[in-house]
Amino acid sequence: MSTLKQFWLKVRVPALSISVALLIGALFLVFTDIEVLGMLLSDPLGALALGFGRAASSYSALFRGAFGDPANFGKALASGDVQLWARALRPIVESVVASVPLIFVGLGVSIAFRTGIFNIGGAGQFTMGAVGGAIAALVFGAGVVPAPIAILLVMIFGLLGGALWAFLPGLLKARVGASEVITTIMLNFIASQLVFFLVSNVEFIQKPPRIQPVSKELSQFVDLPGILPIASLRLDIGIIVALLTAVAVSWFLFRSTRGFELRAAGLNIAAAKYAGMGASTSIITAMLISGAISGLGGALVAVGTVKQLSPGIAGSVGFTAIAIALVGGTRPSGVVATALVFGLLQHGGSLMQVETSIPIEMLLFIQALVIAFIAAPELTLGILKNPFRRRQAKVTK
Amino acid sequence: MRLELQQITKQFPGVLANDRISISVDKGQVLGLLGENGAGKTTLMNILSGLYRPDSGKILIDGKERIFRDPAQAIDAGIGMVHQHFMLVPVFDVTESVVLGNEPTKGPLGSFDRATARAQVAELSKKHGLHVDPDAKIESLPVGVRQRVEILKALYRKSDILVLDEPSAVLTPQETEELFDIIRGLAKGGTSVIFITHKLNEVIAVADKITVLRRGAVAGETTPAKATASILAEMMVGREVQLTVSRSKSHVAEAVLEVKGLNVLNDAGALAVNDASFEVRSGEILAVAGVQGNGQTELVEALTGLRLIDSGSVILEKKPLPAGSPREIATAGVAHIPEDRNRDGMVKGMTVAENYILNTYHLPPYSKRGVLDRKAIAAATEKAVKDFDVRTPSIHTDIASLSGGNQQKVIVAREFSRNVRLVIAAQPTRGLDVGSIEYIHKRIVEQRDAGAAVLIVSTELDEVLALGDRVAVMYEGRIVGILDAKDATRERVGLLMGGITK
Repeated sequence: MSTLKQFWLKVRVPALSISVALLIGALFLVFTDIEVLGMLLSDPLGALALGFGRAASSYSALFRGAFGDPANFGKALASGDVQLWARALRPIVESVVASVPLIFVGLGVSIAFRTGIFNIGGAGQFTMGAVGGAIAALVFGAGVVPAPIAILLVMIFGLLGGALWAFLPGLLKARVGASEVITTIMLNFIASQLVFFLVSNVEFIQKPPRIQPVSKELSQFVDLPGILPIASLRLDIGIIVALLTAVAVSWFLFRSTRGFELRAAGLNIAAAKYAGMGASTSIITAMLISGAISGLGGALVAVGTVKQLSPGIAGSVGFTAIAIALVGGTRPSGVVATALVFGLLQHGGSLMQVETSIPIEMLLFIQALVIAFIAAPELTLGILKNPFRRRQAKVTK
Repeated sequence: MRLELQQITKQFPGVLANDRISISVDKGQVLGLLGENGAGKTTLMNILSGLYRPDSGKILIDGKERIFRDPAQAIDAGIGMVHQHFMLVPVFDVTESVVLGNEPTKGPLGSFDRATARAQVAELSKKHGLHVDPDAKIESLPVGVRQRVEILKALYRKSDILVLDEPSAVLTPQETEELFDIIRGLAKGGTSVIFITHKLNEVIAVADKITVLRRGAVAGETTPAKATASILAEMMVGREVQLTVSRSKSHVAEAVLEVKGLNVLNDAGALAVNDASFEVRSGEILAVAGVQGNGQTELVEALTGLRLIDSGSVILEKKPLPAGSPREIATAGVAHIPEDRNRDGMVKGMTVAENYILNTYHLPPYSKRGVLDRKAIAAATEKAVKDFDVRTPSIHTDIASLSGGNQQKVIVAREFSRNVRLVIAAQPTRGLDVGSIEYIHKRIVEQRDAGAAVLIVSTELDEVLALGDRVAVMYEGRIVGILDAKDATRERVGLLMGGITK
């Protein structure tokens, strides 16, 4: 089998799922447009033309929001002006920025899924990592220690925060069999309430004059270096760390002895026990690593991208990351690719909302469809099948 | 009724499960349908019972074509299935179980007419000589009687064609004999019977006509008068097969495993192994016979560390067994071929190589300082695949895509790759084709000849008698007898399997 064919076999389900979801999204846009529905009886063709026209312009906005406006690229190329280049590149850069937390949490929950643990506490672990990172920045930043060391400490505290938040459900599951689904959900709430407490009651953390429940501006303490030559584009080392983490996760899962244990336990816990692997150890190890990765993401996003700690810092990252892990087949490369696609959808969706007043929730609808299609691969592949093929085969026989 | 299946073809993704299969059975005839696992028997019966639609081919009943869109239509047409795994509710009584779904009713509200139902069931049971008490609770009945309840269910639905899928798998030899009497009786009364099995002797004993399937197609048709076990085996496998295991006299030495007064609880906390005492010596095979579910599973799990010991002592090579630790037990020289290879023996979704190192992955040369050595793993697996004749496209193929026989060979290769002092093999050939059975038996005997002690647990009497230097029989958790091979006749072991010790 050629490499190309192997690649296609791997990506055909996710690729089809995303395309079909976008198509259904378009139909949904057409048939929920009140003007289109009003005209449908009197002038069906006109109504459809109007509807599909609007859907097309929505998706055009989505595309420009995700990748950038080709016209802007033209201008930037023509003039070579840095400002114009920044404007042309900003959408795609922001899409990548949006995918950074998704990569981290997607990788985190993937490790747990691989071990057969349904860790849906990515949001809480991400949040606690943000807390750890923010505290590290406030304590060690602003010249207390040299900047590179401060950044390192931010990352370490983030790892620890997330690991702690995942360790608790892991321990409960391993020792008393508590369902990780329940405990991780509950810890998600506790994490965001804990942040709320910290940023509204602790003077050391809360932003003066202490009116809003947000932390001090973290960039005043630790500033993550950007990686693009244009300073106004905010893409920092977070994405580099994310990609390195993906490589590390891949190595861990497929090359290390511990990773072998986790995968065996995830695929068949009975056989893992038969082979003498400790189930408790696998559960706790997987949860620690899973939480640490989400936490690292939380710290880097809080300090680098958002530059502030707030109760809602995780947003919908927890939910989306679960989808990404599943769509990406819990493979690190798949997770990175899917997170980038979802990042594009997210940032593109915000421009779509501004230009066409279609709410960003529409994107959640499309995401949900993607997940539904991924969950039913036979259905999705059925779309590819030629309905006449079967009958022909019978005749020729 | 005469049933005819003509040119039935059914294609599944990647497998041609049924390739233009034609079989027929006349009124009052017993058709023995013989084939190995994967020969297409189950698919064919699922087509007959309306679970699958054939891609092409016809089902004729009394010469008229019938199309079954769902199982209800097949039942209406008079086809009754008795599955290998019984579908009975334990807390129901026999009457309730039999009429379930077709209850006689009375009164304007259509309430359940128990008296009529009971009378109908009692009459049916008497008419066909099934000897089932209509008031007995299912959970209190032995397996053999439960099977007769299943047969009653089919008869109650007015089945003229009865399909029995591997009916003897759960029976003692005596119960199997009784079943054969029932089948002969039913056939005499005009019922057509299709008897599906992979056991050669059974079709010869009970069938009027034998159809052999191989790889989804009909390999041949014959009658018991013309057939012998070796002819049938050859038809089934497609080549000549050695049905008996050739083995020299064993050189028995010191005891490797000594079990004294062993008690083991099952998951429900009940005593599953009750005061078991036996020893297995170097150079001998102790075969444990017994009907499934008499404590063999728990015995093996306790000896291999998968289940804790309640009380009693187990000595392995003069040292207490490290109970509860599969890894330590394996390191101490125990090879374990598990009863349920799909559940315990392998990790589907992992490659052949990964499954080959499943319980040695943490040791050199496969793992060094926490990192897997892919080259060492590949080299060892390549050698094992060659040595054990595992048919796989590559060592990086998912083990799930291999045939059962090849999967079992990977497991056996893995377990025999260590320094083996004791082999514990539970149902080592369940569900395998004749060729693989032959091969795995040979490998086990080799271990014995090399001086290992071997404990085989099997519900297949043929296997027990073929391999055991001594035969122990388990019944309701107890070892009810240990016989030398020369005393272990089919009859004696069969009686012990039924709990009759005199």
